[in-house]
Amino acid sequence: MSQTDNGNSDALVRVENLTKHFSVRIGAYGETKATVHALDEVSFDVQRGETLGLVGESGCGKSTAGLTLLQLHRPTSGKVFFDESEVTGLSDKEMRPLRRRMQIIFQDPYSTLSPRMTIGNAIGEPLWLHELASGQEAQERIAELLDDVGLNPAFAFRYPHEFSGGQRQRVCIARALACEPDFIVCDEPISALDVSIQAQIINLLQDLQEEYHLTYLFIAHDLAVVRHISDRVAVMYLGRVVEMAPKEKLFENPLHPYTNALLLSVPVPNPRQERQREHTVIQGNVPSAISPPSGCRFHPRCPLAFEPCDHEVPEWREVESGHWVACHAV
Amino acid sequence: MSVLLDVQELQTRFQVRKGYVYAVNGVSFKLEEGETLAVVGESGCGKSVTMLSLVRLLPPAASIENGKVLLRGDDLLQIDQRQLRDVRGGQIGMIFQDPMTSLNPFINIGTQMSEPLIYHRGMSKKEALARSAELLEMVGIPDGEARLREYPHQFSGGMRQRVMIAMSMSCEPAVLIADEPTTALDVTIQAQIVELVKELRDRSGVAVIWITHDLSVVAGIADRVIVMYAGYIVEEAPVDALFEDPRHPYTVGLMGALPSLEGDTGTRLTTIGGSPPDLEDLPDFCPFHTRCPYSIDRCRTENPMLEPVADASDRGHRAACWVDIREVEVQSNGAGASS
Repeated sequence: MSQTDNGNSDALVRVENLTKHFSVRIGAYGETKATVHALDEVSFDVQRGETLGLVGESGCGKSTAGLTLLQLHRPTSGKVFFDESEVTGLSDKEMRPLRRRMQIIFQDPYSTLSPRMTIGNAIGEPLWLHELASGQEAQERIAELLDDVGLNPAFAFRYPHEFSGGQRQRVCIARALACEPDFIVCDEPISALDVSIQAQIINLLQDLQEEYHLTYLFIAHDLAVVRHISDRVAVMYLGRVVEMAPKEKLFENPLHPYTNALLLSVPVPNPRQERQREHTVIQGNVPSAISPPSGCRFHPRCPLAFEPCDHEVPEWREVESGHWVACHAV
Repeated sequence: MSVLLDVQELQTRFQVRKGYVYAVNGVSFKLEEGETLAVVGESGCGKSVTMLSLVRLLPPAASIENGKVLLRGDDLLQIDQRQLRDVRGGQIGMIFQDPMTSLNPFINIGTQMSEPLIYHRGMSKKEALARSAELLEMVGIPDGEARLREYPHQFSGGMRQRVMIAMSMSCEPAVLIADEPTTALDVTIQAQIVELVKELRDRSGVAVIWITHDLSVVAGIADRVIVMYAGYIVEEAPVDALFEDPRHPYTVGLMGALPSLEGDTGTRLTTIGGSPPDLEDLPDFCPFHTRCPYSIDRCRTENPMLEPVADASDRGHRAACWVDIREVEVQSNGAGASS
């Protein structure tokens, strides 16, 4: 595990009140305009060298957070700082040199590699685009990258269909590493993989982080995985971050009722414990992000909801050092 | 307890251009009345094909080469299509992984739900709809009668899975086969569905076969577990014995690969190196030996049979391995081998 040995305020990435709304048309003929509140007033930072886990259920905006942070979606409002300089508002051209330093690994290693491109070319593309290497030098770098992710360098001339899911994800990781980034958004990098392969990829990501001093934003829905890999964890619900804390605090002393409910929903791989455990299952479904509930967005499902919850948005505050939560009941 | 379903030496293979893919290779297991059996394994291990073989729902390229599937003594592999229709949905209910595609988007929920009731139970349309509304309420969908007129797209993923469960349970089957029913769902919804199935099972006494790749889910629902690899059953045990005293290296590996919500996070996860074999030949060696940290010479020349393990806490604990892994120290292995 990489533990940050840096100071407290050494943030590589800082996000302030980041908001992303999508305009959509709904109804059978698209006759009604609506807004999807994918991300609302989200603030967090990622310290240099750490892994910040971002968890939540599907549709909670965690992937949108990753993409908006990288300016792959333009934010509706809010600011993103990378290495102390603001990146929101930069043009595509101004963004390009920064893209070299911020990379992303996607969930599905099947659709993110072009089937017509050898994996050597796929990995080499960032090198050529950013003019980091060419010719023989590039070939050597590709071989080195394949070796880094545990693939045979001779595979460079093969096509994606010749590889399994786990191997393809290794290729995607090699491609993300090609231009020596500082920061990688890992957007559910293991959820499409089998259990035994997931562990290989987690170990690989951790080894690479140590070797190249990488900073990760690790987006996932699996709490056990997030607990394993992260230093700090942020929990999202319906476009908002509801709780953020160092992982020990978050998992041992969850403050937000949603975090608590999520933790209770995770099955424990121990039959005796599982039989004794209380199964308070959280009721209902995640409401639509088109018309999110007023006040605290969790209030219709919350066991602790009381008077202010349905009309007042709870304040995002630090209840103890490093432990942030947005809840009226805490 | 009496045996409800007795599967013997089931073999299923797929015809492909190069020859055959051997998906299920001599799988035998028994399911007792009211029991919940979990079948665990990674993609391609043959767990789904085994279950589809039971009810002969295989694609045309697949053929069942050998075996018997005895449901209360009748061999499902021998009966004709007409009798088979009575079994499917009548005596054996199924739920599939993807609730988005297992319902017809053009037909309202009520019509889809009443179909099996009309066919298997001989109800009138009106009776079937009334029963469907009750069933919806039973699986936790309030206002069932009104929702019968709605279409699948008006339901969320978890709700659709509830509808599927209501449908599969509608004719009070003796066996419910659930093929990765929670894999496509979020963790809070998964917990709801697991609780629902447990509740229905306890109320109706249906025997459940729960197919999954997720060992954590198994711990909460199963009485007995079968672990599959490369079309073979490699370990079979009551759930407590499996988790406390796993004997097949693959099971041990799967458990080590699970990050958990408790304990130290500083350790590396144990991994199973490599990836599963392709199944183009029937192996005359242990199919796991290339990935196995315990393998010995014999593993490369003989495929082990599923046999009772030594000093088992339960007679039903069987594993297919030449090595008694308790006697071997393996470096890099830290998990699972406690007893």
